[in-house]
Amino acid sequence: MSFRAEEVKKDFPLLRRTVRGGAPLIYLDSGATSQKPFQVLDAEREFYERHNAAVHRGAHLLGEEATDAYEGGRAKVAAFVGAVPGEIVFTKNATEAINLVAYAMGNAATAGPEAERFAVGPGDEIVVTEMEHHANLVPWQQLCQRTGATLRWFSLTDDGRLDLDGLDGLVNERTKVVALTQQSNVLGTVNPVALIAERAHAVGALVVVDGAQSVPHQAVDVAALGADFLAFSGHKMLGPTGVGVLWGRRELLEALPPFITGGSMIEVVRMEESTFLPPPQRFEAGSPNAAQVVGLGAAVDYLTALGMENVHAHEEALTGYALERLAEVGGVRVVGPTTTEARGGAVSFAVEGIHPHDVGQVLDELGVEVRVGHHCAWPICRRYGVPATTRASFYVHNTESDVDAMAEGIRKAQKFFGTT
Amino acid sequence: MQLEAMYQEVILDHYRNPLNKGLREPFEGEAHHVNPTCGDEITLRVHLDGAGRDAAVADVSYDAMGCSISQASASVMTDLLIGKSVKEAMEVGDEFLALMQSRGRETAPNEDVLEDAVAFAGVSKYPARIKCALLAWMAWKDATARALGEAS
Repeated sequence: MSFRAEEVKKDFPLLRRTVRGGAPLIYLDSGATSQKPFQVLDAEREFYERHNAAVHRGAHLLGEEATDAYEGGRAKVAAFVGAVPGEIVFTKNATEAINLVAYAMGNAATAGPEAERFAVGPGDEIVVTEMEHHANLVPWQQLCQRTGATLRWFSLTDDGRLDLDGLDGLVNERTKVVALTQQSNVLGTVNPVALIAERAHAVGALVVVDGAQSVPHQAVDVAALGADFLAFSGHKMLGPTGVGVLWGRRELLEALPPFITGGSMIEVVRMEESTFLPPPQRFEAGSPNAAQVVGLGAAVDYLTALGMENVHAHEEALTGYALERLAEVGGVRVVGPTTTEARGGAVSFAVEGIHPHDVGQVLDELGVEVRVGHHCAWPICRRYGVPATTRASFYVHNTESDVDAMAEGIRKAQKFFGTT
Repeated sequence: MQLEAMYQEVILDHYRNPLNKGLREPFEGEAHHVNPTCGDEITLRVHLDGAGRDAAVADVSYDAMGCSISQASASVMTDLLIGKSVKEAMEVGDEFLALMQSRGRETAPNEDVLEDAVAFAGVSKYPARIKCALLAWMAWKDATARALGEAS
């Protein structure tokens, strides 16, 4: 790998602090939200200090600068995933990006002939997977509830993969949408999106991909991905909170009716009715999150400078090391693939005889911050018969010594609770 | 090290050997509570002897899944409340809630009322764990309201 995590870590002011009585912070929860480097914080601050104004309106200099900064962020994000700027819609977060598609499809039945291709109703099917984050499950459940469509899903194999045996039956001519994650936030599994998209497109279904855990951690190119929509989140990729992204194929975005309506997204407004702007503005009602988009642009620059291939290689090496160390500890069961093949850097596990909350408490006392709970993917816990899991997730600043500290903490928990 | 302050021996004892665990008949009120942030669950039944707030809490039985704090809290609670009147038990519940909301401030918990439950004082310093400690108490309140016909 061509960057040193110890050097990268110096760019993150928060990672210098101590916690719980002076313990150095070891942050292993980037899967929930990532910390921010100086470059991102500076970019956001500079926007407010020098260029802040309402974007896309007014005719003064600041307005021009703010608009340029905002649209500059769009161009950077587009380039980052191999898209064109007109295909990038900014939302509040990945959750809103997915809801945008689901609600727009719900609006399609009454939005005119152009939108008819998106309409769903009784007899139609929407396919998800059992490993989805609630953000890519509940909006589809709700769309089914509103329209009478049927929700179906891929089940999971014992080793944490999608069960693709029934692919052709599950994704069939009734399927309108296949919504799946590219990388599981709990299992770490990287799904074969292109393979599933090929089948989905063969039957005329749309493919919506949750990229919240993939875009920050591997090079994602929308052309190679094969999807129709891709949602991801700024705050998980070193950017600010409050900004998410929906990428959509241009011809689809052009036909898709709006979700949230109001100012900034209209063409002509009369008391009786209104017409709407083309995408992406059609989907960005109200004052946009300009400073956050600027920050996200800086995050994209930062990741691009590191090189996404390098980021992926770094995390793959750490994940492999963590899987080895966890196996050595004993009494630890990894929930998800136990090799680094088609796997990202979220490692969930159960410690025999100790509830994840208690594992997390002991780790926290040592300054090791992991996530405990069901990680907004409750069906996964049910599938693997665990009430919850402890999850470590890695990013560019993590090192093998962080993994060592976690392994040591698990041993300490086992000692404290008397399970070894 | 704060761990010992939080995981008092009495908490670990109740966790390892919970009292009154298992669902029993008869009961007049039942409640199922979930902590949506971690998935901890409890089903809790209340059997009252008598009517209204003067009724005696004849039995509290439960089935629960969760962390040491939530499991120990359920055990300590049943031990405290069984045998008291509903009115007294509600007062104990209010006292425990106040302790949990104290965020570890230096107010001496009322040991006469709370008995073993004072051990949870350390938990109140960890906002993420307060819900764990309160899960059984909230289920008890709910089940009792149902037993009294105060809730559907």
